[in-house]
Amino acid sequence: MEKKIIYVDNAATTAMSDRAIAAMQPYFKGIYGNPSSLHTVGQTAKEALDGARRKIAACLNCEPGEVYFTSGGSEADNQCIRSAALQGAKKGKKHIISTAFEHHAVLHTLKKLEKEGFEVTYLDVHGNGLITAEEVKAAIRPDTALVTIMYANNEVGTIQPISQIGKVCREAGVVFHTDAVQAAGHIPVDVRADSIDMLSLSAHKFHGPKGVGALYCRKGLPLLTFIEGGAQEKGKRAGTENIPGIVGMAAALEEACGNMQENAERLTRMRDRLIDGLLKVPYSGLNGDREHRLPGNINISFEGAEGESLILYADALGICLSSGSACTTASLQPSHVLMSLGLPHEVAHCSLRITLGDTNTEEDVDYMLVHIPEVVKKVRDISSLWDDYVSGKIKHIYDK
Amino acid sequence: MALYSDKVMDHFTNPRNVGIIEDADGIGEVGNAVCGDIMKIYLKIDKESGIISDVKFKTFGCGSAIASSSMATEMIKGKPLSQALELTNKAVAEALDGLPAHKMHCSVLAEEAIRAAIKDYYDKNGIEYDRSKFPEPHEEEHGETEE
Ligand SMILES: Cc1ncc(COP(=O)(O)O)c(C=O)c1O
Ligand SMILES: [Zn+2]
Repeated sequence: MEKKIIYVDNAATTAMSDRAIAAMQPYFKGIYGNPSSLHTVGQTAKEALDGARRKIAACLNCEPGEVYFTSGGSEADNQCIRSAALQGAKKGKKHIISTAFEHHAVLHTLKKLEKEGFEVTYLDVHGNGLITAEEVKAAIRPDTALVTIMYANNEVGTIQPISQIGKVCREAGVVFHTDAVQAAGHIPVDVRADSIDMLSLSAHKFHGPKGVGALYCRKGLPLLTFIEGGAQEKGKRAGTENIPGIVGMAAALEEACGNMQENAERLTRMRDRLIDGLLKVPYSGLNGDREHRLPGNINISFEGAEGESLILYADALGICLSSGSACTTASLQPSHVLMSLGLPHEVAHCSLRITLGDTNTEEDVDYMLVHIPEVVKKVRDISSLWDDYVSGKIKHIYDK
Repeated sequence: MALYSDKVMDHFTNPRNVGIIEDADGIGEVGNAVCGDIMKIYLKIDKESGIISDVKFKTFGCGSAIASSSMATEMIKGKPLSQALELTNKAVAEALDGLPAHKMHCSVLAEEAIRAAIKDYYDKNGIEYDRSKFPEPHEEEHGETEE
């Protein structure tokens, strides 16, 4: 019997949509030209490239000339942040504002910039995984070069008040970058309405191919050349373009944006059913704000049940999900995101992240609602920490 | 799962000797919630022969920690204390057909928990022992998270 697989790790990556695959097909063999070539085969590929740029611009509400293709979200984050930092430094501005729970593509770039003489203010995230525009405003200084705050968080799914933050930055004349890797294609992103200057996205998070992404850089804002070489991407990113990937990304984003409301409603319904059902497990708690939350994100801690064990037992039942526990990474530290919400170590180690996507069904939700509580019980039955909660040696964090 | 050997997965999925011994002769608990692995080992010891007649464990931790606990308890059950004291985390890892490099620290806890339980037994019964053989369980270093 073939093992049932329920993939609910869509924040890590998604399956490609049929439309995106179909859109890519012609560009491997039939239309394989180099867009820089002047002949027909090359120019046909160039048309595809331009068309993809137009589609992505339409989804973000910007001009095609403001879209640059990259190898993914990480590269886009690196290029945007480095660009804004360099521009700031030219004017003597070497201060950057961010949050403690950004993706490592952002955090590690900032850490490097700190070594290069920049000062970074990491805003504390509230216990619900949100920050406010007022807090950003209060942190802005005359020498602030950049504010970089993620649109939606990859672990706890919280959606920041981006348009308010954008407004604050615009009024202060500070460049505002947002990592919209988890948001694009899932919730409305409008760079004009949200006063965004720079933005990163990644195709594989919205049913497009892996290894391709894009950045938006508002017209008039200088962009650093990230890869030296040919004149591709207006000289800002050399290298023959990944035409199949770019076309697939554009098709996937167009499809995701076209079905956004319907998808979001469906996922939100399943999400809420899972949250309500799983919180019935004694001594469990939701991580991240319940309202300002991505449609497909569920992140719950179960006291005394370590995350990697939960993942492995769930995997044995065909449920593919993730955790913020330390033992799922190479270090002993639990997820910096969960720690930034102020969770104690022992609770941060005990989280499960379920991220729903287009392929999931209500039956998947039913299956998880039966089996995940069993998995939690199995892990707790082995857990010495759980014994300590039960005997009263340590105090419960959650009531009931 | 390619992360772990079949042996690890077997001991993780069907851990041996899980539980507590109410009237244990020695109890050892090592690790902490900060690094995410805590092991507690209970020993029943035959006082005449110095043989571990029963052993149970409870572990809060990852697959590697649980499998190491299970394997380590199997390896010392029915053995004299002197032999249990010789058990190393390397031997436990080998018996599990190896552990990923970054998971070796989880198996160290099993070795330390057994030592701590034996020390507890010696202390409770006023048995003399070589203190140098019982170093304090070492503190784990906390590196920066990498994905
Ligand atoms: C919020 C966020 N930013 C950036 C990235 C990196 O994107 P990519 O894998 O395309 O480099 C990810 C995904 O891993 C992400 O979730
Ligand atoms: Zn571990």
